[in-house]
Amino acid sequence: MLRVCLKGANAAARKCLCERAGHPLQHCRRYTSAGDSGSVAGKIVAASLLTVGGGLGGTILYAKWDPKFRANVEKNVPYSDQLFGMTLGPPPPPVVPLPKKPAKVEPLQISTLSEASKESKQPKVKEKVKAKEKEAPVEPAPVAEETPAPPPQSLEAEECKECAHESAPALQERPVEEVTARLAEQDKAEQDTLASLTAGLDDTLGSSAKLTLQAIGAQEAALAAIATHTQKLKEAMDSESPPDRKSSQWRVLEEALSERNRAVDNAAEALLKAKGELEKLKGVINSAKESKIDTARPQILAAEENLHSMIVDLDKVATKVQTAQSEAKIVSQYSDLVNEAKAQFQKELESIAPEIQANWRGLTGKLSMDDLNSLIAHAHRRIDQLNRELAEQRVREQIHVEKALEQQKLEDQKALEQALATALEHNREEMRLEQERKVQEVRDVMEAEMRTQLRRQAAAHTDHLRDVLKVQEQELREEAQQVLGSKLLEQETHFRKLSQEQLDAFTLDMNAAHARLKGIEEAIDSHVVAEEEARKAHQLWLSVEALNYSLNTAGADAPTEPLEDAVRTIKEKCAENEFAQALTLALPEESLTRGVFSEASLRARFYGIRQLARRVALIDETRNSLYQYFLSYLQSVLLFEREQEAPPAKLAPEDLDTFKLLAYATYSIEHGDLELAAKFVNQLRGESRRVAQDWLKEARLTLETKQVVSLLSAYANAVGLGTTQAP
Amino acid sequence: MSEKELGQKLDRCLADCAVKIGAGLGLGIVFSVVFFKRRTLPIAFGTGAGLGMAYSNCQNDLRSPYLLHSNTIKEQ
Repeated sequence: MLRVCLKGANAAARKCLCERAGHPLQHCRRYTSAGDSGSVAGKIVAASLLTVGGGLGGTILYAKWDPKFRANVEKNVPYSDQLFGMTLGPPPPPVVPLPKKPAKVEPLQISTLSEASKESKQPKVKEKVKAKEKEAPVEPAPVAEETPAPPPQSLEAEECKECAHESAPALQERPVEEVTARLAEQDKAEQDTLASLTAGLDDTLGSSAKLTLQAIGAQEAALAAIATHTQKLKEAMDSESPPDRKSSQWRVLEEALSERNRAVDNAAEALLKAKGELEKLKGVINSAKESKIDTARPQILAAEENLHSMIVDLDKVATKVQTAQSEAKIVSQYSDLVNEAKAQFQKELESIAPEIQANWRGLTGKLSMDDLNSLIAHAHRRIDQLNRELAEQRVREQIHVEKALEQQKLEDQKALEQALATALEHNREEMRLEQERKVQEVRDVMEAEMRTQLRRQAAAHTDHLRDVLKVQEQELREEAQQVLGSKLLEQETHFRKLSQEQLDAFTLDMNAAHARLKGIEEAIDSHVVAEEEARKAHQLWLSVEALNYSLNTAGADAPTEPLEDAVRTIKEKCAENEFAQALTLALPEESLTRGVFSEASLRARFYGIRQLARRVALIDETRNSLYQYFLSYLQSVLLFEREQEAPPAKLAPEDLDTFKLLAYATYSIEHGDLELAAKFVNQLRGESRRVAQDWLKEARLTLETKQVVSLLSAYANAVGLGTTQAP
Repeated sequence: MSEKELGQKLDRCLADCAVKIGAGLGLGIVFSVVFFKRRTLPIAFGTGAGLGMAYSNCQNDLRSPYLLHSNTIKEQ
């Protein structure tokens, strides 16, 4: 029974599991269809890469060529400045308009140079001659040194430095792509020459500037020296100081003169050097101009302007030196005259008073009266002479003045002409520079415009390229898309077909399996049911057997054990068997509580009953005295009959005799038919009945129990037979 | 057991008879000795009386199942 239950549970569980596990298998299948569009995608990728690369390369190259474009792009596109910095180098600084190249300064330069050399040489020679004459070493030192550097020179130097800076960053170059390699090479060559040019220019400019500065310095120093010298001279002339001081003054004057000479010499040298350098610069500028590199133009212009300004300053300073020198000349002439007069006077004095030495210092307190008188007379005479000379001079004055005026006029004219020429030259030069500057500006503007146009063209070109590429890209993409779509469709239909086939096959299998499963389940269920029934029948049979067995436990005279337990077992085990239940209920109480006697014991007991019943056969309710008892006893003793007699089929009234009945009963009992015997015994009347009452009851009980039990066992057997399946 | 009833009754009867007879005898003897100068009359009488009583008792006992009481009849 337990096994049946377990099997049933397993079957149920299996059924449930199968039901649940069946469904997910249908869903967890995944198919991936990989569309192969590698080649088309590769083409598209390559085309787009090419486009982007070309655009980038073109932009970079153009930026390298045109800094303005580069600046624009850097301003508008973020992080492009980094890209440009990586590929092209740092951007060039904003262009400062440099001075133009001085081309027509040559004649001016040379003239000034020659003039300067001439002029520097002139006073040198004159003064050298004078020095030879004089004893006092009053050497004219054409010194013209200007200690403070003029502002324009510093500005020029700064500008030179600037142009040096400008040329430097333009040197950093690198080619970007193959397509722009040639351009890059050209650029490079250009840049190289430009670099060399600018380097040369810078060098020469630097050196010329330095030398010019030096020259100017020297000139100014010379100027200062000349001024001091003249000043000292004037002082010496004018002042009436004691002789010792005079000698010191003269010494100082000599020093000043020597210094002046030296300064003037220095100035002349420096001027020469500067002029030479400027000529070199001019040569360099010319060569740079001949190289015809446009980018160098502003630098050339700047160099030219620098040169021009240097020349102008040099000229200015030279003229200053010249005026100073002329002044000095005048003063020196004057001083010479004064010296001459003094010498004359001294000579006269010596002639008059030879003992008096030229040493004025020891003059005080050493003169006698005669000397004084002679001196005074001499002085008077001298005064007269001087007055006469003065009168003469006054007369000649006019002529001299006129002459001088004329001379001066001539000189002035000459100087004016020269100054005019210089100024004209300067102006011309300035005009030319201005023109050059304007030309440069216009050129720049034109350049810019051309660049804009070019840029526009390039932009237009790029736009056109972009459009064309876009169209191409679109077409290619469409094509690729189409191919991809068709391939995908194909793959999808194929996949669908396969999946459908698989699904069908699977469904078929599943259905077959399901049907089989159902069959199996039903079979198992029926088996289970049958087993259940069999188990129950078995149980029933067992319990009935137990009952039967308990019936057999009857001792010789003792009743069976109480059938209660067995009956309870039946009741419990076969609770759902109504028939059995009913039957168990039909069992008499006595059998349950006390048990029943066995047939054998009843049989045995019957004989006693029979005996007794025979003995009290005559006693009934009417005759029941003691005498009757005796009589009946006597009767029983004396009546001889067969102990057993076969009972007839039908009982006749004369068969209701005690002895007969007992005989039938005995016969029945002897033949195992307790029921019949009980029936016969039941027909006894009177005391015999009373005597047999208990036995009858017992017999009835036994018979009932036996009947019920036999029924139960028959039923159990029947059920068992029914449940057992024929092999 | 109903079949043992008769036997029990008879046993009782016998016992009773014996007792009664004995008692009667005894009494008879006593009476005969005491009152009736050793005559056998009272002994016989006593014995007979005893026997009679025993008989009657026995009979009554044996009849008792068939005995109907008036009240029982009335109720029936």
